[in-house]
Formats: sequence, C-alpha cells, structure tokens
Amino acid sequence: MNHWIIAPVVLPAMVAPMLAYVMRHDVVLQRVVSLAAALVLSAIAAGLLVTAASGEVQVYRLGDWPAPFGIVLVLDRLSAMLVLLTAVLGVIVLIHASATGWDRKGRHFHALMQFQIMGICGAFLTGDAFNLFVVFEILLIASYGLAIFGGGEARLKAGLQYVIMNLAGSALFLIALGTLYASTGTLNIADLALKLREIPAEEAALVRVAAMLMMIVFAIKAALFPVQFWLPGTYALAPAPVAALFAIMTKVGAYAILRLHTVVFGPDAQAIGALPGDWLMPAAIVTVAIGALGVMGSKRLMPLAAFAALGSTATMMLAVAGFAPLAAGAALYYLVHSTLAAAALFLVADLVLTRRGSDLLAAQPATAQNGLLAALFFGVAIAVAGMPPLSGFLGKLLVLDALKDHDLRVWIWGAVLIGSLLTIVGFARAGSVLFWKSTAPGLEPVPNAPEPMPISPAQAAPSIAVLCLLGLLTVFAGPVMRYTDATAAQLFAPAPYIEAVLENQDGTKDPEDH
Amino acid sequence: MELIVAVSVGALTAAGVYLMLRLRVFPVILGLTLLSYATNVFLFATGRLAVGAPPVLKDGIEIYSDPLPQALVLTAIVISFGMTAVLVLIALGATVEAGTDEVNVPRKEDDK
Repeated sequence: MNHWIIAPVVLPAMVAPMLAYVMRHDVVLQRVVSLAAALVLSAIAAGLLVTAASGEVQVYRLGDWPAPFGIVLVLDRLSAMLVLLTAVLGVIVLIHASATGWDRKGRHFHALMQFQIMGICGAFLTGDAFNLFVVFEILLIASYGLAIFGGGEARLKAGLQYVIMNLAGSALFLIALGTLYASTGTLNIADLALKLREIPAEEAALVRVAAMLMMIVFAIKAALFPVQFWLPGTYALAPAPVAALFAIMTKVGAYAILRLHTVVFGPDAQAIGALPGDWLMPAAIVTVAIGALGVMGSKRLMPLAAFAALGSTATMMLAVAGFAPLAAGAALYYLVHSTLAAAALFLVADLVLTRRGSDLLAAQPATAQNGLLAALFFGVAIAVAGMPPLSGFLGKLLVLDALKDHDLRVWIWGAVLIGSLLTIVGFARAGSVLFWKSTAPGLEPVPNAPEPMPISPAQAAPSIAVLCLLGLLTVFAGPVMRYTDATAAQLFAPAPYIEAVLENQDGTKDPEDH
Repeated sequence: MELIVAVSVGALTAAGVYLMLRLRVFPVILGLTLLSYATNVFLFATGRLAVGAPPVLKDGIEIYSDPLPQALVLTAIVISFGMTAVLVLIALGATVEAGTDEVNVPRKEDDK
C-alpha cells in the first residue's frame, strides 16, 4: 500500500490542532506553519498525480481491513488531479489572506483553513459513500466557521442561512445513504456498483429514489437550480479569500455526481438508466441563465463575483450532465479553469473593495494604483466571461463541442452563448464604473473612504499567480486535455476501479507492501 | 412495529420541515433537530427491524440484527449534535448582532 495516499487528509488534520492550540497567540508563526503545510501538501499532491497519471488505480485500506468491510481511500486520475487543485488553491488563498491581514480579523483562521482543506481532500479521495458523508461534514463545519469569519450582522445572517441549508442537505444525504444501504446492503462505492447492477429493473424503484436523493444533495453543494439560492448570499458576504477557497466547494458536489453517477449509478446500470442526466441538464441550463442574469443585475461587486462563480460552475455542470466520456473530459478541463478563475475574481474583488471602502458599483474618486487594479480586474473578467486568450474560452468551446449532439443542444448552446454575452456586458459595465468613471474630474469624495493603501507585492502576487496559472492552462491545453480525457475514460470504464478496491486482498499481509 | 416506526419517522419529518419553514431562528433549530431525529430513526430501520436480536456473533443464536446501521446512526448522532451546537452559536450571534431572530438577510439601504 502506498501510504502517501492518506497524507492529504492526515497532514492538515495534524497541523490544524497545532495551529489552534499551540500557536494560537502568534499569528506570524501560524502563517508560516500553515503556508508550509499547504506547500508540502501541494508537493505530495503533485507526487500523487505523477503516480496516478499512469492510469493505475491505487487503494489505501484504512487499518488494512479488507473492502467492503473497511473504509478505503482510492487514488485515481480524477482524485489526484482534484487534490492537487485544492492544495494549489490553498497556497494561493493562504498567501492572500496573510498578506491582506484577513487572518487577523478573528481567531483560528489558519486552523479552520486546514480543516477545510482536509475535508475537501478527503472528499476527493474516499471510496466509501458513508465516509463521503463524514468528510462532507468536516469540510462543512470548517466552512461554517470561515463563512462567518470576522463577524458582522449581514455576514452572520448569511452564514446562518448557509448552515441551515446544509444541515437540511445533510439530513437528506443520510436518508439517501440509508435508502441505498437498505436496498443494496453496502456503502462501499465499488461494491455498490456491483450490487446495483444485480438489481433487476422492475425492482429498482427504491434504488432510483436513492440515486435521485443523492443527486439532489450534491446539486445543493454544486448550487444548481432550484437549490442554488444559498450560494450568492453566502459567497457575497463571506470574507473574499474564503469565497476564493469556496470556489472549489461547488466542485466537490460536481465531483461527487461525477463519481457516483458514473461508477455506481452509471448509464449502464439498468436500474437507473439515463435518469440523472435527464434531470441534471435542465437544472444546469437554468442555473447558467441565473448566473448570467445575476451578473447583469448586481449592484455590488461581491454579488457580481458570486453570480459569476455560480454561472461558471453551472457551465461545467452542463458538461457533467452530458454523462459521456467526451463531455466529462471537457467538464474536468472547465472545472480547473472555473475554480481558478472564480478564485482570482474573489481575490481581485477583495483588493478593489478594501481600497474603495465599499463594494457598491458606483463612481467614486479613483484609488491609488487604479491602473493596476483595473488591469487585474480586466484579466479576471476575461477569464470568467470566457473570452480569448484565457482558458475560459477554450473550456467553453470544449463544453459546447462535447454537447453538440445532445437532445437539448439548442438550449445548451443558447444558454452558454447568450449567458456569456450577458456576463461580458455585466463585467464591462462593472469595470467601467469602478475604474473608468472613477477617473472623471469633479467626483465628490466619499465619506468614510479608507486611507489610500498601496498594494504590496505580496498582496498582488496571489491574484497575478492565479492569472498566470490560467495562462499556463491555456498554453498547455493540449497536455491538460489529454490528462482530463484519460481521466474521463477511466471514469467511464469503472472495471479496474472496482477490481482494485475489491480484489487482490486475500487478507494476508504482503511483506513488500509494508 | 414497522407501521409505528414509519409513522413516527413521517411525523418527525413533517414537524421538522414545518418548523424549518417558520424562518425564525429558534423554530428552525428545533425543526432541524426533529429532522435529524427522523433521519436517525430511519437509518436505524434500514438494517431491517428486529427485536431482541444481538448485533454481535454469539453461540446458539440464529437471528441477528444488522450492526452496521447502528454504527452509522452513532456517527450521525455525534455529527448532528456537533452541528446543532455550531448552529445554536451562530444563530445566537446573528440574533444578538441583528436584534431580530428572522433568518432572512436584512437588505442594505442603498440596494433598495
């Protein structure tokens, strides 16, 4: 067994309590340790990606209990890629939060951040449906703390709604798991895949209910219509660096749908058939429209960013809902883009609104370094709206191309193309009000405007780094696409996954493995 | 017995959902608690209902109850307990800050 597989869960789990108990009085020490842990995690994740790229599915059996009785972690191309994305995003967000002083506005920022990273990595690695619920709760409880970090009336209320929504979602998740267990007698994902295919179609009503309940639960996480209402409020009112990390939280829902609805409830499972895709696709189309209209209608910068993130995730969900290898490959490419672009958007929005004092989209005298902020905003707007030369353009092309034979193609293409246009207009309007009209002569200074704060290199570096990553994602689109296509192929041929989890385990300990 | 369990799960869920929809902090917390009770009883029943049957192997016993749902329920209870505690604290903070126990976000003046 490769023990590095569990490192992305264990490392943050060890660092977080140390940050909270041993180093709680020294914020500089916290920053150094937290950032070091995130960097080490990125290195481990990169190593795991290299081992997973060969296409071998590696299994880590906790306590060496044979599956399906024990919990397993599974490392394949998909989980390795997403763990690396989480780790890199973690590094970027931690640098931003430290450089801008967000982590001083309350207690235990870094500990919460590490727990959040632990939960997200665990969700990507686990091969057990009930364990997926447990790591979901870990990442959620950390996200509750982060969403209300810094306090304030509006933020607490938004946090309260977020918590209530997710607690109801967790109850639904448990009911879905219970239904699934009652009909199959297992909760191991690989074992579920086998047991589910033994159920004849005429006795499948209960399993179908479980599959759809699961889909609703993950759709809540991925913020799909009609359960997307929590996202704009939560993201807009959360601290901006936290919102940047949350960019990957919606992807956890998308990942869970991709994993469970290909391996377990795949189109080849007689009991389920094409049911999930039939429901997911219209929901994603409506969500794309909501995101675009929200960008157009926002009067403030943070809601604008939140709606842009919503639309971006929904565009990815279109490709996920296609439930075909080609579409899944496009979805995974767009997933990387969407996570990085949304994160960059929130980081830049943070730089802008702390200097303006308010996130209202209205002309007010220009801040110092108006040009730098405008350039950064221009960059992220291009990325999020999906215009050339950045990867959003390529990603949207891939998504559209992958879905060109879908029954709903007119709606899909219409939603994406009109949605992109509305998003571009929304960003152009926001950018011109924020940066262009602000240079007009004779503007009244705003009362309570903050002191001019120059942007230090450390504050600008994370945003610029994400934009550079997006540039690299465009330049190296070929190799990245080859990897995501191979990932999608692996996802839609789950036999090696099932075999790796359930076989080659005669109970004797192989001395070479330890 | 199946009927009693099914009816109680249904009643708890209905009461929980009704209370959640009240959109006041305290009823919502109670509603979520009832919902998690309903979930726990439901989970317990997924291993099939058996009275007086032990969950662990013993000599001379033919009928066992399924131990796994019991372990799942234990995990679910612990998690929902912790989550309720967090929710109560956040709800208290939000209520004290806002001076009202409405769940909805107050609108900012310049958004109107």
